[in-house]
Amino acid sequence: MMAMDQTLGILFQLCQSLLVVMLAPLLMGWVGQCRAWLQNRSGPGLLQPYRSLRKLFHKDAVLAHNASPLFRATPYILFGCMWLAAAIIPIIAVDLPFSPAADVIALVGVFALARVFISLAAMDIGTAFGSLGARREMLVSFLAEPALLMVFFTSSLISHSTQLPHIVDTFAHHEFVLYPSLAFAGLAFVIVLLAENARIPVDNPSTHLELTMVHEAMILEYSARHLALVEWASSLKLLAYISIGIALFLPHGIAEVGNWGALPLAIAALLTKLALAGAGLALLETFLAKMRIFRVPEFLGTAFLLAVLGLLIHFLLGA
Amino acid sequence: MPIPFTTQIINLLASVLLLIAFAMLSQRRILSLINLFAWQGLVLAVSTFVVAYSTAQHHLYYSAALTLLLKVLILPWLLHRLIRKLNVKWDVETLINIPATMLVGIALVIFAFNLAAPISQLSESITRGLIGIALASVLLSLLMMLTRRKAVPQVVGFLAMENGLFFAATSATHGMPLVVELGIALDVLVGTFIFGIFFFQLRETFDSLDITHMEKLRDD
Repeated sequence: MMAMDQTLGILFQLCQSLLVVMLAPLLMGWVGQCRAWLQNRSGPGLLQPYRSLRKLFHKDAVLAHNASPLFRATPYILFGCMWLAAAIIPIIAVDLPFSPAADVIALVGVFALARVFISLAAMDIGTAFGSLGARREMLVSFLAEPALLMVFFTSSLISHSTQLPHIVDTFAHHEFVLYPSLAFAGLAFVIVLLAENARIPVDNPSTHLELTMVHEAMILEYSARHLALVEWASSLKLLAYISIGIALFLPHGIAEVGNWGALPLAIAALLTKLALAGAGLALLETFLAKMRIFRVPEFLGTAFLLAVLGLLIHFLLGA
Repeated sequence: MPIPFTTQIINLLASVLLLIAFAMLSQRRILSLINLFAWQGLVLAVSTFVVAYSTAQHHLYYSAALTLLLKVLILPWLLHRLIRKLNVKWDVETLINIPATMLVGIALVIFAFNLAAPISQLSESITRGLIGIALASVLLSLLMMLTRRKAVPQVVGFLAMENGLFFAATSATHGMPLVVELGIALDVLVGTFIFGIFFFQLRETFDSLDITHMEKLRDD
């Protein structure tokens, strides 16, 4: 029985990991397509990210002469970190064999590890743009990380656990309760998601304008398969963040390990939620304007404020 | 013990009230400040209505209607008219910068919650946890009055403070007697008229609504 459970768990884990890796570029394509529709353009199509990944993998990589091994290793580390994060989060099923490996705090650490490596690699070649991007990235992330932790603390306090499966379990499989504190945490989380994934009010993913770019400035020196991995890792990161959001705030429909019957429903629910989240992201990006880099601390300060207010309200009202 | 659904809604509305208080504190434009004040009134009216419904106290329906009429429609309309006549749509000037104000605001919220904890032990109403939030929004409005230099935001802060007090009364004791509420409503209305006249006088005397001019004594 024990061995059976383990095999099932590993099967579910494999299923989720493969699904996530395959799905991530599609999510990017969907967001791009929605943005195009909202801006009255015809758009590149849903499969464009796959096409560009294929193109990049077939090219020959060009490296700067002074590139260190760190520069070469970073795309793989980045991709590995994001894939690991996506394997830990309960996306289609709770109680996966990987999920006890890290709770939400360690998950923040995994994202931080990826960030440290991409920033180091950006500074490695020694170009002006690389270090500029790395500095800006650090400015954004050191403000976003505490807000993210506060969001996690709020849901951990409600569910009495920092393990994502427990949190999902508390919210999905009990009777419905309105949590004002979670509403605040949700708002804060959306702001953090926009900042961490280099989306529009903080960074514009579709320009190479030197004065505004953050994420693009860091990956300017990458080409071919390295660039493909970095791009794929960014789409995985977006998927991971949206899945964390789903797990914390809308966890209904996530299956339990071993329950094959609930799996199609779980995948259908996931696809619906991802499609809605992607469309919402595109809508936000169309309505908002890119803000000056010096306004970003205030924007992320708002996220921190909202998350702290959520915590305080939880302590006062117990809800 | 599961919390009744109406209480959950009241809790949610209370949190929105606190959020609006913070939004007012961070607001840079007078027009959006007044709109936020109208929203605060609306949230207040809805929460009074829900309290009335859940405790079956009929006089609270009247005070919800009164709130809706006065604080969502009449007062914002008066304020809008006032700033149109005074032609003040410029940005609000603050004494401390906004992020610092927000940090002070968080400290005030913690202070208010601690202060309200023993008081809410004494109350027996279902919504006793909300006294802390009401107190916090009173303090935040006070902070807004303290950190603004111009007269109009200060008056909006004063009115928002009254909103917080009203919320405290509704949540702690299920509202004051109707006579008292009518009296307060009238007071606020008359107060706003007087403030309007005061604004015009202020502008005529100093050519500005900056109240720091009033700190100087003049010999002539």
